[in-house]
Amino acid sequence: MTPGYDLLARALGPEIALVAGALWVLAADLTFGRRQSLATRLAWALGIGALAIVAAGAALLAVGPVGPVYAGNFLLDPLAVATRGGVLTLSLLTLGVAAAAKLPRHPAEYVAIILFATTGFTLMSAAHHLLIAFVALELASLSLYVLAGFDQSRRESAEAALKYFLFGGVATAFLLFGFSLIYGLTGQLDISRIAVALSLSGPSPLLVVAVVMVLVAFGFKAAAAPFHLWAPDTYEGAPTPSAALIASASKLAGFTLFLRLLWPGLGALAGEVATAGNSGGWLTGVALLSGASLLLGNLAALAQTNLRRLLAYSAIAHTGAMLLGVMAAETAGAGPLFYYVATYGVATAGAFGVIAVLERHGGCQQISDLAGLGARSPLLGACLAVFILSLAGIPPLAGFFGKFAVFAVTLQLGGLAGPAGWLTLLAIALSAVALYYYLIVLKAALVLPPPSDRAGPIRVPFAAAITLLGAAALIVIFGVFPSVVLGWF
Amino acid sequence: MNLLPYTIYVSLAGAALALWVGARSAAGARAVALVTALVAWGLTGWAAAGFTPSADPGTLVDLAWIPQFGIRYHLAADGISLTLVVLTGLAATAGVLFSWNITERTGEFFACYLALIGGVYGVFLSADAFLFFVFYEIAIVPKYFLIARWGSTGREYGAMKLALYSFGSSALVLAGLLWVFAAGHAAGFGFAELARAAATLGQHEQFAAFALLFTGFAILAGLFPFHTWAPTGHVAAPTGASMLLAGVVMKLGAYGCLRIAMALLPAGLEFWQPVIVALAVIGIVYAGLVALVQDDLKFVIGYSSVSHMGFVLLGLAAANPTAVAGAVLQMVSHGIIAGLLFAVVGRMVYERTHTRQLERLRQLPLHRLMPFAAVIFVIAGFASMGLPGFSGFPAELTILIGVWQYSPLAALAAALGIVIAAGFTLKAVQVSFFGRADATAEVVAAEKPFEPVTWPEKTGALLLVAATLLIGLKPDLVLDWITPSLQSPLLQAIWSGGGR
Repeated sequence: MTPGYDLLARALGPEIALVAGALWVLAADLTFGRRQSLATRLAWALGIGALAIVAAGAALLAVGPVGPVYAGNFLLDPLAVATRGGVLTLSLLTLGVAAAAKLPRHPAEYVAIILFATTGFTLMSAAHHLLIAFVALELASLSLYVLAGFDQSRRESAEAALKYFLFGGVATAFLLFGFSLIYGLTGQLDISRIAVALSLSGPSPLLVVAVVMVLVAFGFKAAAAPFHLWAPDTYEGAPTPSAALIASASKLAGFTLFLRLLWPGLGALAGEVATAGNSGGWLTGVALLSGASLLLGNLAALAQTNLRRLLAYSAIAHTGAMLLGVMAAETAGAGPLFYYVATYGVATAGAFGVIAVLERHGGCQQISDLAGLGARSPLLGACLAVFILSLAGIPPLAGFFGKFAVFAVTLQLGGLAGPAGWLTLLAIALSAVALYYYLIVLKAALVLPPPSDRAGPIRVPFAAAITLLGAAALIVIFGVFPSVVLGWF
Repeated sequence: MNLLPYTIYVSLAGAALALWVGARSAAGARAVALVTALVAWGLTGWAAAGFTPSADPGTLVDLAWIPQFGIRYHLAADGISLTLVVLTGLAATAGVLFSWNITERTGEFFACYLALIGGVYGVFLSADAFLFFVFYEIAIVPKYFLIARWGSTGREYGAMKLALYSFGSSALVLAGLLWVFAAGHAAGFGFAELARAAATLGQHEQFAAFALLFTGFAILAGLFPFHTWAPTGHVAAPTGASMLLAGVVMKLGAYGCLRIAMALLPAGLEFWQPVIVALAVIGIVYAGLVALVQDDLKFVIGYSSVSHMGFVLLGLAAANPTAVAGAVLQMVSHGIIAGLLFAVVGRMVYERTHTRQLERLRQLPLHRLMPFAAVIFVIAGFASMGLPGFSGFPAELTILIGVWQYSPLAALAAALGIVIAAGFTLKAVQVSFFGRADATAEVVAAEKPFEPVTWPEKTGALLLVAATLLIGLKPDLVLDWITPSLQSPLLQAIWSGGGR
């Protein structure tokens, strides 16, 4: 098999564009940015960064879903292309959030690291080889650790980064151990060859250990309970754009990577969740993670007074629903899961965007800090309503159809005969519970009057306004026409 | 006929326009709201004029929407839908007139109001369960904001309680729909497709799925013991929103019970029928008794609403064409009468006296201070009691005749509810408007007369009074639309009790 360097270069066009953009950002700041004000440097860095992401998107579209690349080390199937498009969009939104947020002390480095993280995400989307997948995941994770701790002036930021890093490091160790066991047992690193080897050899105790290791790492990456502990602290302490990126693009890339690893790769060990009883496959583990995340996320979110921690617990709850989509991905395809994770990412990034704008106007940690938002800035109030109602799953917004599609395909697995069906009913019941905490947020923003010391109107920066309106438009358009996304798969 | 879908689009466009205009001028927002409500109502009237009653649900629009799940943008209207959209138009118009005095963030108020109306029109016209659910939820969200922002007593509590009950109910509905869709391997979410899928389910699955769907919808219709959101929500809501809540939103629940739960799963209906009938009768009597001892006038109306909705559920549960026709007629009748009662209590009385406590009202010579309100309230009370000549009479009578065929005992118990209704209504009328005012109160009242009843109030009240009289004197007008529709293939299964 000829490796096909030409195709490889074209398939990795987005990564090339992103890395070139990151280097350009750094170089421009080092040469011309020295004497400029912080705001100008940030504007330049963001402009170049956005350009790089747009170029990456163009490169992505130019190649399209061509299938295996470079002897199958990369796979550009519709899921990979969609995920790459998704993470690029979410990273672009993150840059918009950064434009609205407080100025970082080193704007060029901040933007460059966002671009490096994005490179990691796009690589994760297309990786079809354990080593490449691992390197891509590490590139993304290390960038995110730095981004979480970027605000040196606040102790919370350092705490966020440290917690994220420690948990992430342990999860990485688990993942590497799992990968090494899989390699040792099958002698393969390519995901499709692993699948072939596994279907011939059948299960073994060591493989179970390997699969558990992989699931632990997956649980960490996706913030699934009981591996969620980093999420509330990181969401709370990290700079707002970093939190937006961790909550959105990172989640999307992670789900695609592990979906590929679990279904085509370890599909022989899946077991089943359509009927009652423990089949001993990894699906049972996913079902446990899903149930724990749904319960813990939704119930803990009820007690939050801090907006960012609330978003973190809501993220954990959403992870539980996304894991349902993982269970159904074999029969229903990746479409519903991708739709759910991608639109969730847009809504969360948008919500962090609103928080970022508010931070410039006196901080936004507690839910009560939102009081009077609708009166102070109708634009922010309306956008926040769209994002929160989408997270809550209210039609015609995208969050509703995501839930609907995932629940429908999970129920189709076997009706109510097994854990998949029971978890779906649990998820539907808890989505009614979730309404309470989402309504509390909206009540603060749209119903309560502004506090007397902060009653003035909020001026929304132009870039932030465009970002928020764009995100809200995506939520509405994909919500009304979900088949645009589903039809891609 | 084909213009009916525009009721949805006009209402939603009106909502956006009201928001935009309202940022500049409150009067403009009011005008936009009134014109929107009138245009939508006019469209329903136009459709009604050209309507030929038939058993066939007339498709208005049918477009592929989400082919991956077989979901279609399918709107259709039969006589039942038509009856209810005409009611919606009337209630919306009257509600706008009684919201004329909203001065705080007028544009946003009417935007929420019209969005709610758009959702309600959508629900009544949907012929695809997914589309139905989408409109159903669109109607719920604005309710929360209408109450939480423009409401009165205990508004945040009332709004949250109402929202949580509503979303709990829609979670049950979603679970039921998805279950039927997935377990029955349905090709899509059209009512006919889902009914075919439901028929393939096992018997116990049908019972359970029916329980999910019916309970979900019945919560919104105020079925005992899930009715407690209704009185608190109605009391907390601003007048226009209470009128909509009692007038049309509770009907969404009843309509869902009929159109989805009962039509899809007739075997489940047959199994649960005794339970539903019992709960409906308990609801009628219990809510009536509770209304009898309330000391807040709006709570009296709130509980009377629950009691009257009990008749709707009773008529549906009796599952014969007479009772169901009566139930639909009762939906219309209650929509008009409850709107009228809330209008008098919430707008005419409370906005002027600033009290709804019966004890305080007793000390005011209201019948002399507000003769117009007194006359309207007496008329509304008579209508609510089910006096002949008003719409409540033919509706409740038809229901009782139908229920008698199912169970004379239930009919008798429900008739007891009518007596109780007469009791609490007469008490409310007597205490609030014809109380015993002492001489000092007369003097104080003479020195500070209440502001006169305005033209929007008069117009709205007269519209509603005319409607209840029209239906009371000539119920055939509506029954002629409803009855043929009951023979539609989609509802046939109800009459044969699932014995297909």
